[in-house]
Amino acid sequence: MARKVTGRHVAISTVAAWLAGFVIFFPILWMVLASFKTELEAFATPPSFLFFHWTTENYVTVQERSDYLHHALNSLIIAGGSTLIAMLIAIPAAWSMAFSPTKRTKDILLWMLSTKMMPPVGVLVPIYLIYKNMGLLDTRSGLVFILCLGNLPIVIWMLFTYFKEIPKDILEAARMDGATIGRELIYVLTPMAIPGLASTMLLNLILAWNEAFWTLNLSTLNAAPLTTFIASYSSPEGLFWARLSAASTLAIAPILIIGWFSQKQLVRGLTFGAVK
Amino acid sequence: MKTIFTRTSMLAVLMGAAALTAAPALAETTLTIATVNNGDMIRMQGLTGEFTKANPDIAVKWVTLEENVLRQRVTTDIATKGGQFDILTIGTYEVPIWAKKNWLVPLDKLGADYDAGDILPKIKDAVSVDGKLYAAPFYGESSMVMYRTDLFDKAGLKMPESPTWDFVINAAKKLTDKPGGVFGICLRGKAGWGENMAFLTAMSNSFGARWFDEKWQPQFNTPEWKTTLTTYVELMKEAGPPGASSNGFNENLALFNSGKCAMWIDATVAASFVTNPKESKVADKVGFALAPNTGLGKNANWLWAWSLAVPAGSQKVEAAEKFIAWATSKDYLKLVASKDGWANVPPGTRTSLYKNEEYLKVAPFAKLTLASIDAADPNKPTVKPVPYVGVQYAAIPEFQGIGTAVGQQFSAALAGSMTVDAALAAAQSSTEREMKRAGYIK
Repeated sequence: MARKVTGRHVAISTVAAWLAGFVIFFPILWMVLASFKTELEAFATPPSFLFFHWTTENYVTVQERSDYLHHALNSLIIAGGSTLIAMLIAIPAAWSMAFSPTKRTKDILLWMLSTKMMPPVGVLVPIYLIYKNMGLLDTRSGLVFILCLGNLPIVIWMLFTYFKEIPKDILEAARMDGATIGRELIYVLTPMAIPGLASTMLLNLILAWNEAFWTLNLSTLNAAPLTTFIASYSSPEGLFWARLSAASTLAIAPILIIGWFSQKQLVRGLTFGAVK
Repeated sequence: MKTIFTRTSMLAVLMGAAALTAAPALAETTLTIATVNNGDMIRMQGLTGEFTKANPDIAVKWVTLEENVLRQRVTTDIATKGGQFDILTIGTYEVPIWAKKNWLVPLDKLGADYDAGDILPKIKDAVSVDGKLYAAPFYGESSMVMYRTDLFDKAGLKMPESPTWDFVINAAKKLTDKPGGVFGICLRGKAGWGENMAFLTAMSNSFGARWFDEKWQPQFNTPEWKTTLTTYVELMKEAGPPGASSNGFNENLALFNSGKCAMWIDATVAASFVTNPKESKVADKVGFALAPNTGLGKNANWLWAWSLAVPAGSQKVEAAEKFIAWATSKDYLKLVASKDGWANVPPGTRTSLYKNEEYLKVAPFAKLTLASIDAADPNKPTVKPVPYVGVQYAAIPEFQGIGTAVGQQFSAALAGSMTVDAALAAAQSSTEREMKRAGYIK
């Protein structure tokens, strides 16, 4: 900590950080801008940045054509539900692997990850048939189930790394004081791992929110989330960028807001680890 | 930390509560219709109320998807008999394949006043198998030349109604003004069986090439294909826009509408976009001609129709047939005309539309659309005999994969990362391999 932080350093790093932030944010900004253009302006070369004829016509069209709230509610239920269930399964799993590992723990972790290595389309037909026979096609519970399964390996891995950083001694001390496993999990481990839990939850929520393969293929109408809403605005024949941008802006708005609120926890979870 | 905890738990409670609200129940027959996202279909969606007013016992729900997503979605569903849709929007490529697999219900009960005889004969052929209609065409299209009359006049050129490739090539070279940002010709280059291969297959037909001979042997090693691809690559190099290998319909539409192309050969449905002053800077300066030929009796134009079909095993066939009969009827055209004007009726399906004076008045491209559709024959697409059905595709299940693989080679040849000979050799070997694997050839 002997390095001297000069005013120039601060200025340079501030500018660099803002620049990096702007570059990362630019595609989203561009999408929002395009959603206020006419189709012709959205496709024009060279594109205009701010000085175009602003219009909300695209939002009106999107609102008239599709039931945004229905899709948004489905997205919320599917992403939220699958995240909650995944957390319920993943916390005990990661806890047992982090605090009482066996010689096979590493293999189990790798095996879990290996399920993510196969492209989902490889199992589309079998899953579709199973879902058809079980009456799960176009149901929210079906989508919650498949997204939960799909994200579990990542959730367990993330939690495992957070838990690993918590010193075993603290848990042992709790045990010495007579804490049961349940109490140990709830009163000792969870508070210490909150930043990790929060960032895992948010990441899983975002992954489930954006999942477009299973949600498109296993839903029709009743369970169709925002991914199908977006997919209905792209077209190989005819201009669609402005309308698609409006639909996409609406689709990312909720998750953007949730992300905004939990930003602090997310950053802490990703950078600090479990022990402060 | 406490606040976060409560906030997260509140979110969890909210989500749990939302999960408990079940889907609404419906008592009547509800039709779920899968369709593509294009103007005519969206208009039909908007007019659903007219149908349900006349048929109060039927409710209609729409699943609108982008073409490629839709194709994957409905193919999975019909192949597994998932039963998620009551009416499917499919193209002329799917109809013969699916009908032969008995996946579709033959549409012979569309009512006495449906007048199936009024459907344009070539379109009807494309959606029929053994003389039976398996899908009802909603809108049909072919391809044609769209050109800038002002640029042609300035250069002293006159576009014949049915131009030859030689004329088109010379005109394209003459009209190219690269410093001025005008390119002689814009053509598709983006790889895909429905993208560059739709155009190139139709073009190859006019040069007498074919995908397969009568014994399903791939034909990319023939001189006809070599002439086709060489002509295309050289023409685009000299008179095409930069980066053409990533241009599809929409990119070319934008180029043409902003005045950067002297000619564009693409879907007839583009005619209504390029002549629309709201979308196009050159709306009043566009002329139309048949797709070019080489004097062998075939023009380089394709044939496509988005059609409505009923999946076999559906429990709601009767209601579905009622809807299809309504949406593809002559009265539907009149309904659209009364709401949005004749210029906006779905084109290319009915003979009577092309005899309607009011339509002809507002659609300057109508005559050529009809001539283009009439000039394409899905059963005899090219000069030599072929074992397949389809003008710009071969209607076999393997074609999507094969066509896209070949399209990638040809797109690479256009981009200059591969020679024409190498692209043709690669196309030949990959197609041969796939056809052997699928058991067409030994």
